[in-house]
Amino acid sequence: MTVTLFIPCFMDALFPRAGISMVEILERLGHKVVCPNEIACCGQPPFNSGYWDEARTIAAPVLEKLKSAEAVVIGSGSCGAMIKKFYPELFKNTPQAELAKQVAARTWEFSDFLVSKLGVTDLGAKFAHKVTFHDGCHGLRELGIKTAPRALLSKVVGLDFVELKEESCCGFGGTFSAKFPMISTAMGEVKCAAATETGADFIVSNDSSCLMHIQGLLSRQGSKLKTIHLAEVLNQQ
Amino acid sequence: MSFVSEFKTRASEKSRDLRHRSVIRTALRSYEVVRDKRKAAFQSWESARQAAAETKWEAINHLDEHLVALTSKLEARGTKVHWASNGVQAREIISQILRDKKARTIIKSKAMTSEEIHLNHALEKEGFTVVESDLGEFIVQLRHEPPYHIVFPSMHLTRGEIKDLFQKELGDAPSDSPEELTMVARRVMRQKYITADVGFTGGNFAIAETGMISITENEGNARLTAALPKTMITLMGIEKVLPRFSDLALFLPMLATAGAGQPMTCYNTMYSGPRQPGECDGPEEWHVILLDNRRTELLADAEQRDSLHCIRCGACLNVCPIFRNVGGHTYGTTYSGPVGAVITPHLRGLQDWKHLSNASSLCGACTEACPVKIDLHHHLLQNRRNASASEPAFFERLAYKIFAFVASRPVLWSFAKKFGRLTQPLQRLVTGGVIDPARQWTKTRDLPPIAPESFKEWWAKRKESQAE
Repeated sequence: MTVTLFIPCFMDALFPRAGISMVEILERLGHKVVCPNEIACCGQPPFNSGYWDEARTIAAPVLEKLKSAEAVVIGSGSCGAMIKKFYPELFKNTPQAELAKQVAARTWEFSDFLVSKLGVTDLGAKFAHKVTFHDGCHGLRELGIKTAPRALLSKVVGLDFVELKEESCCGFGGTFSAKFPMISTAMGEVKCAAATETGADFIVSNDSSCLMHIQGLLSRQGSKLKTIHLAEVLNQQ
Repeated sequence: MSFVSEFKTRASEKSRDLRHRSVIRTALRSYEVVRDKRKAAFQSWESARQAAAETKWEAINHLDEHLVALTSKLEARGTKVHWASNGVQAREIISQILRDKKARTIIKSKAMTSEEIHLNHALEKEGFTVVESDLGEFIVQLRHEPPYHIVFPSMHLTRGEIKDLFQKELGDAPSDSPEELTMVARRVMRQKYITADVGFTGGNFAIAETGMISITENEGNARLTAALPKTMITLMGIEKVLPRFSDLALFLPMLATAGAGQPMTCYNTMYSGPRQPGECDGPEEWHVILLDNRRTELLADAEQRDSLHCIRCGACLNVCPIFRNVGGHTYGTTYSGPVGAVITPHLRGLQDWKHLSNASSLCGACTEACPVKIDLHHHLLQNRRNASASEPAFFERLAYKIFAFVASRPVLWSFAKKFGRLTQPLQRLVTGGVIDPARQWTKTRDLPPIAPESFKEWWAKRKESQAE
């Protein structure tokens, strides 16, 4: 299968290791990976702020580039939800409405793609650490992804998995984190405290944007707890 | 101060208040435990939600017919039905009834609609004495405060604070035990019940088929409010109608489960009229006021009409991480939390209240919790879209125009990354300070470094080496 990787803007600039891990994993599984260099962003920032015209300016060329992709795979539940769930909404009653629906139907979040589409859970990874998992809200509630990342982690050799006691948003929320930093920070503190309580060495997530927020708080607090993208864990041999 | 700056000031203060955070979190965590236990008692909670949403859909989409049916049934048994387009009209109707009855004291059971029309304040200004009889409402009334939460009005207070309050206001607080404090409140209230001229209630559901109003409560105070005074007044929003009596079989346990984690609320009473000939109790006169107050504008909005499904259970507040951190009073609205953020812009003006829709990470916990399946967090997105479309913020739109211009041009995007990489060391020198362009983030959080080699750069290099 030819897999078209959609690398979110923040993953490209800040967390390239997560993207590289996805390439290596998919190639090891025997798939051809392509990555259209022209795609920079899915358009979620203006979309979530209510500027849908500007969001379409970004999203329309993205749709064109993904038009003939067999499968689009994204290492972020948030950007995945943008394409899978919100592009059809954004392009409703426009000439690209049909295309948006088609691309949405062929788009997958990374862990869901591995488990539900490829039927793979064991990637032969080894990661001898205690980890907990953070469900990004978009992946969890817009795309309904909960079991796939856990199924993948359960096959990692040496990995000690512990669930968080409570499910909650990390407080990132895109521009929300800058518009209402006090609320966003409080939410992040609750998340970090819950993760620390588990005694884990790492917080794993299938969304780098949440991890950026959590890591930003942990670093400022001087915590030893670290964050890592699911793909990087699965790529540890 | 504008509504948004008031909100931000209060939110900053509350979200840093660790004591508040812990009180609310503890209370809501125990709520979650009992709620989940009660949800599990449903054969299928998800099917129950679907059925409830469909019933409400039917109720709201035929609201006109249901209201006519409800009214004629109520009137047939001697109830006086009044229609109020807005808060001013509702208050005038109520004042007129009180004046006609030469009333002086009004005993009230819990009614968020009365908060919505600022009834207590208006009546007190006219010289009436108003007493709240729901214990939580009684407590916040003593503090001259609006309810903190639509179901748990005084959940932000500890028993110690309530003891001190009772000591100060009632001169009686033997200990901070909830039982003893309740007995103090009960002694005060019983006297008020006896002397009250008029009883005032809200309504949880109105049944079109039978012409009944269903009131749900845990303390029995609404029953006394309805039974003791000679005149009863009920104020409710027009959206509270359910088509059939049998719908209560679903909605009563659902409201109790979602709202408080109870199998059923302790008292559920259906009122169908004032005292009938031959009956031994009940009010001699019953006035029902049906309140619009811009609900019909929500009804006209096909996209967000489902927010009229709301049964005011408070489930969305309970799970909302924003509510949990900023608390109920920060919103400055009658209805707080996610549902308040959705409907307040419709009820009180989009531009004045759009900030509540922005103050959300769009996590969707509210939508997941809503027993009648209101698409809450997507409505927040729609409010943002409507607000930007009708009155865009100049600099914000400009910023997004520039962002869109750059993000849709790969050369510019790649230049922006390189520029960021070069300038980030400079930003680090001023991190968190007033001249830091990223200070909204860096005041409390570290920024990750821009990678020396981006993914796209790695990918291009790799493709080049593979080609060789």
